[in-house]
Amino acid sequence: MNKGISFTQAFFTLLKRDLKIAIRHKGDIFNPLLFFILVVTLFPLGIGPEPQVLTRVAPGIIWVAALLASMLSLERLFKADFADGSLEQMLLSPQPLSLMVLAKVLAHWLLTGVPLILVAPLLAVLLHLEANSYGALMATLALGTPVLSLLGAIGVALTVGLRKGGVLLSLLILPLYIPVLIFATSAIDAAGLNLPYSGHLAIIGAMLVGSLILAPFAIGASLRVSTN
Amino acid sequence: MWKWLHSYADPQKAYKLSGTLLPWFATLAFLFIGVGSIWGLLFAPVDYQQGDSYRIIFIHVPAASMSMSAYMAMATSAFIGLVWQIKSADWAAAAIAPIGAVVTFIALITGAAWGKPMWGTWWVWDARLTSELVLLFLYLGVISLYASFEDKVLAARAAGILAIVGVINIPIIKYSVEWWNSLHQPATIKITEKSSMAPEMLYPLLINILGFGLMIGAITLIRFRAEILARNGMRPWVRELAKAEGVK
Amino acid sequence: MVEEKTATTLVSADNLTCIREERILFDELSFDIQAGEIVQIEGPNGAGKTSLLRILAGLSRPYAGEAKYKGTDITRCRDEYNDDLLYLGHLAGVKSELTAEENLNFNLRISGYDDFETNQILAKVNLSGFEEALAGHLSAGQHRRTALARLWHTNCKVWLLDEPFTAIDKKGVEELEHLFLQHAQNGGCVIMTTHQDMSIIGDDILRKIRLDYRFI
Repeated sequence: MNKGISFTQAFFTLLKRDLKIAIRHKGDIFNPLLFFILVVTLFPLGIGPEPQVLTRVAPGIIWVAALLASMLSLERLFKADFADGSLEQMLLSPQPLSLMVLAKVLAHWLLTGVPLILVAPLLAVLLHLEANSYGALMATLALGTPVLSLLGAIGVALTVGLRKGGVLLSLLILPLYIPVLIFATSAIDAAGLNLPYSGHLAIIGAMLVGSLILAPFAIGASLRVSTN
Repeated sequence: MWKWLHSYADPQKAYKLSGTLLPWFATLAFLFIGVGSIWGLLFAPVDYQQGDSYRIIFIHVPAASMSMSAYMAMATSAFIGLVWQIKSADWAAAAIAPIGAVVTFIALITGAAWGKPMWGTWWVWDARLTSELVLLFLYLGVISLYASFEDKVLAARAAGILAIVGVINIPIIKYSVEWWNSLHQPATIKITEKSSMAPEMLYPLLINILGFGLMIGAITLIRFRAEILARNGMRPWVRELAKAEGVK
Repeated sequence: MVEEKTATTLVSADNLTCIREERILFDELSFDIQAGEIVQIEGPNGAGKTSLLRILAGLSRPYAGEAKYKGTDITRCRDEYNDDLLYLGHLAGVKSELTAEENLNFNLRISGYDDFETNQILAKVNLSGFEEALAGHLSAGQHRRTALARLWHTNCKVWLLDEPFTAIDKKGVEELEHLFLQHAQNGGCVIMTTHQDMSIIGDDILRKIRLDYRFI
């Protein structure tokens, strides 16, 4: 018997398994996406259809909706694994826990974050987003949604063992999402005014790097508490 | 250093130590807050611009400055608990959280009460007000996470991790809110911190800040002792203590 | 003699205390488990058998005391210990959305093995012909066997098994008992909880650790 699996292979084994399960369970992919679209549609109904008003608030609406959709979809990140004992096996596997956690978050982001980025331009059309802002919208979503997934996963890991997760989860992670929201929306605003926004992107990128390095440890430590 | 710390990891010793410290903290807190408040509210000179309404700073500023310090204390305690696996430190962190939340709330309320006569509105999306509000949310997150676990030993560990994550994020949140504020803030409203404050105003303020710190320390000690007793109810030393006090 | 003993001690409990929801499950529990031992933790429901196994696996943290692997606190040698530990809980991480074969394949690969034939291993637990069946469609016994299949392809010395015989028929139990004996002879140890009587592993081989229900 030969233990010849490298860390990279273990990472992709877990990634592939999670993708396979999600594909056999399609609701998990489409429900957050539908939620995202629905929330965005509600705003014009609430605020009124004037294009000038919508143009002004479009970046904020899209990003707040993305925040909420990301949070809702994350709730299921560790739930099934916790319920069937896979999470314990993951904690006890000889592979580094932060690597396993990263694979799970990546799988989750591929399944929920990427569709959200792809559908965002469509919603931007509905909200009359400034024509110059599309690039910034896509760029901030591409850099920002992984940060949301990583930070959110900490909250999910802390609450996975609890019966009442939902509302508590929002209280735990929404405050942590504030910086991403601020820099992403102002990048889009700046782009709308034809101002440079690479500085904003750099800051969101820095947040991404920071959370890529630190969040897996926090998620791992939280999972150890939750499975206790 | 760590050997010394570890000897207080034992709940019984931590209970005794906090019992010795408590009267000192409590007495000094009463003294400082008493002197600072009476001096500030009755004897400090009237501000030539704001009249008597400025006197709320003797409550507002200490509360605001201690709200952040209490979070730091909570996170430090949680960090010690996480790294050296000391349960007493986790409990101390859990004991600080509600006090910090109340202090933050006081800072927000007194800020609003001050804002009404000064700016004519209860709330402005000022950078400091906004980050104080976010700080309150962070505290509430820690408190409700702690409340959600049935097993309080686990609850304290989970809340501790959240406190540490929060403390890493506080500077980022603060910076981003300030930056956001400088973009959106209309120039008409501005909190002008006077560059030089008359010493007759400054001294009572400093005394009150110190007093607030001591008061938070004292209440934390009371809560910490209660926490130790609640977590160790089945230990022989707690039972003996209860017997000596004549409970049951 | 003493040296020889410490050299083969795999897992030990050092003054373990476990408190759950303000109730003491066990207090200052100590024991050493040597290579070659098969140990049954017995006691009534609620006595803390599962809690003890989870502490020994490093999943739960004891209120006081240490669980040790080869004399070192398991929180200090987690990587080394996880490499030598096979823990199967009540629920052993079988995904209903995956087939029996995919489940076994994943579990073995994540444990680090890359040289196995899933078909051969599944045949050993009488799951031939069910390789392509989704685990969610299998019976309780087959589901359990899918999890247990890992025991046939492992070089971990320490086996911690929580109720391994649940939903397994008589013949299956005997096969598992043979496997346990073989594992013990090869220098491993088995620590398990079970309510079922074993027919092959007799009382002369089996070591029992008893936990009693405590009311305070």
